[in-house]
Amino acid sequence: MKKASILMIIGPLFLLGLYVFPLWNIMLGAPQYPEPLGMNIFIDGIKGVSEFDIQNIDGLNHYIGMRTLPKPEDMWEFSTFPTIIGGMIALGVLIGLLGYFKVFNYKWFIGWFILMSILGVLGMYDFNAWMVDYGTNLDPNAIMKLTNPDGTPMSYKPPLLGHTKMLNFDVTSLPSTGAWMMFTGMLLTVVAFFVGKKAWQPKSNTFSTKPIKVKANDK
Amino acid sequence: MKNLSYLICMLFGLGITLSSCNNQSQKSNGALASSAAEKVYVAPGEQDDYYAFLSGGYSGNLTVYGLPSGRMFKEIPVFSQFPTSGYGYSEETKPMLNTSFGFVPWDDLHHPDISQTNGELDGRWIFVNGNNTPRIARVSLSTFETEEIIEVPNSAGNHSSSFITENTEYVVAGTRFSVPVPQRDMSINEYKGNFKGALSFISVAPDTGRMNLEFQILMPGFNYDLSHPGRGKSHGWFFFSTYNTEEANSLLEVMASQNDKDFIAAVNWQKIEEYVKNGGGTKMPANYAHNVYDEHTHTGTSTMIKEVVTVDPTNVPGALYFLPTPKSPHGCDVDPTGSYIIGSGKLSADITVHSFDKMIAAIEGEKFDGEAYGIPILKFEEVLAGTVKSGGLGPLHTEFDGKGNAYTTFFISSEVVKWQVGSWEVVDRKPTYYSVGHLMIPGGNSRKPFGKYVVAMNKITKDRYLPTGPEMEHSAQIYDISGEKMELIYDFPTHGEPHYAAGCPADLLTANSKKIYRLDENKHEYATLTADDARVERKGNEVHIYMSTIRSHFTPDNIEGIKVGDKVYFHITNHEQDFDVPHGFSMIGQGTSEILVMPGQTKTSLWEPKKVGVWPFYCTDFCSALHQEMQGYVRVSPANSNIDISYSLGE
Repeated sequence: MKKASILMIIGPLFLLGLYVFPLWNIMLGAPQYPEPLGMNIFIDGIKGVSEFDIQNIDGLNHYIGMRTLPKPEDMWEFSTFPTIIGGMIALGVLIGLLGYFKVFNYKWFIGWFILMSILGVLGMYDFNAWMVDYGTNLDPNAIMKLTNPDGTPMSYKPPLLGHTKMLNFDVTSLPSTGAWMMFTGMLLTVVAFFVGKKAWQPKSNTFSTKPIKVKANDK
Repeated sequence: MKNLSYLICMLFGLGITLSSCNNQSQKSNGALASSAAEKVYVAPGEQDDYYAFLSGGYSGNLTVYGLPSGRMFKEIPVFSQFPTSGYGYSEETKPMLNTSFGFVPWDDLHHPDISQTNGELDGRWIFVNGNNTPRIARVSLSTFETEEIIEVPNSAGNHSSSFITENTEYVVAGTRFSVPVPQRDMSINEYKGNFKGALSFISVAPDTGRMNLEFQILMPGFNYDLSHPGRGKSHGWFFFSTYNTEEANSLLEVMASQNDKDFIAAVNWQKIEEYVKNGGGTKMPANYAHNVYDEHTHTGTSTMIKEVVTVDPTNVPGALYFLPTPKSPHGCDVDPTGSYIIGSGKLSADITVHSFDKMIAAIEGEKFDGEAYGIPILKFEEVLAGTVKSGGLGPLHTEFDGKGNAYTTFFISSEVVKWQVGSWEVVDRKPTYYSVGHLMIPGGNSRKPFGKYVVAMNKITKDRYLPTGPEMEHSAQIYDISGEKMELIYDFPTHGEPHYAAGCPADLLTANSKKIYRLDENKHEYATLTADDARVERKGNEVHIYMSTIRSHFTPDNIEGIKVGDKVYFHITNHEQDFDVPHGFSMIGQGTSEILVMPGQTKTSLWEPKKVGVWPFYCTDFCSALHQEMQGYVRVSPANSNIDISYSLGE
């Protein structure tokens, strides 16, 4: 259980990477942008991959009537996300510590993972909803009003994951270092759950219906 | 615990792999590239290996090419007005062309030289000379724009210029014509013994590149033709070829070709520098322009300087010697080790090579052959290292490949001759098309040449390209010199009349080449930093329009209240911060050129409206899909009308 608890302490700490590295990255390449424009989405705001990328993306977007990209103060998410992530890190580490001192059992570990996953899915849902709004809620006086072949207004929603062709731009949206660290940390808590489960020694025999193989090299 | 640490190591390893997959591997060159076409072919999307900066001669400007493709990338305006960008037309750049003669919008640009540190190219700046109205300019190699021009007083035909010492301590400018110093009203036929030749040493500040004329050596009235610095062991010396030691003032082609030998003047500039530092020299009244362009104010300023320190070389013992050199030497080149000084007697078949070591020994042994105007003449045999019996005619200039070979151009026999430094044996020769002047190997006049290509720049084109009437561009040829024999691989037209050129490996400059000017560093007096600051102000009959541009509109674009007789200044700030998105500006009937404003830059265009009406202006650079919509109107009312200034956008 010590090994599992240590994993449970380390796992959530990986989420600290979200304060340093971007969560998501969207790159926009085009014939006249051989060095693509790009935005890095952090939990507390959006930054250009190169210094003036945000200004230049906004400059291009004004032709098709998209609003400018949000600044940190424009969206509640950018102040709330850092708090939620901080809370989850603290909670995860606490669960790990309590596991180490045998106050909690391994089931708490998967509990944290499930909660984190729910929050993650909610976050993705929110992110996607923003992108839908950003890409479809266009200025009615836009310079260029483009329509799909069926006559509906063209949407400029970037993909949540993967690549899409948008007018002259190739848009690629992928998780970035922060997200990879988060996934790694979350995976570690699942590992912690299984390691903890294997190492679990029930206090009473009635609890167990089958004999459990125990690896004893961890005392 | 062991398993745990493996797991962590694996995860960290994964993290590193994820974050480091952006490095693209270098593409390899084909191993068996053999044909000339393959050697010069730079495939679409790929870039050249070398920059080549070719002087534009009478175009007054500097052109930038790639090697081996021979493609031209840019013309950098230096001494000539350039309507393409508005250089010399915009209010900010007019001061750059100021001289003691007033505004001189043209010059004859001859000899580019890239700055050096420890005798190797460092790629900070390139220096060029204006031959006609003596000037030296410094061009930035991060903006590729002219940053500074200093006029050279007491000089005329600024030809043995603009060569730098091996740590860019000085850029040196020698006069071709000797003239009265100071200038005065006197009979031309009193030339002999009265005219002087000024050799000017202009210091270069190591951090800013700022130039200052430290001292001028007033030499006998010969013609100082070309020069090069000592390097390595000969650092501290500078060598100037001379002709017309006869001091003729008319029909020079005959009168100045009488002496069997003229001189190469060896100047110990460190001795003179020390002499001046200790208070030596004469402060002489002068009047010359020093023009500086500031990258942050985007503005040039011109200051007149009123004094110059002159040095009589006979007052500084050991600072000057003459090396007799046959047949009116033209080129004066120093090999990469600094051991040999090559004098190309342009009326001769042979190339004379002097030895620096022998020169020092001759000075110490006082092996003199008389003197000229108090300057000791060293004995020819005592300084001669060897003679290259070339078999060609009319040697002019020599460059080096860093592998012990020298390449000399022959104007009359129209060829490049490769010979070995030390044995003086000719190794190879190849014809040029036609009558080559200078040649250039990147770094070929430094301690570290890049001996892969030589570019021969010719004076005569004739039938090399499709005919274009009597006047045509000059031709140049590129030779591969990586093997024992030179191989002609390309032939391309050049702009203006290239004299000398300078080249360097591309990667010395590419990383520092600016993409935009930062708007937040724009300190222009009339900058419009946000569209909200755009406005129109009247001061008497001057109207200042603070205008900003961004794809695809001017702010403001409707202006009223201008009157006939006003002086209207359009101060245009380009708000783009994206690479290669300039905006242009031009006004109907304006007696000047357009201006091209780079991202983050401010430029000013002056318009003096002469006719009542509503007059359009527009963006001259195809900036975006809505470039054609990037336009505006100015209402011009009669001089006596009382319509107030008003301006708007989108109303």
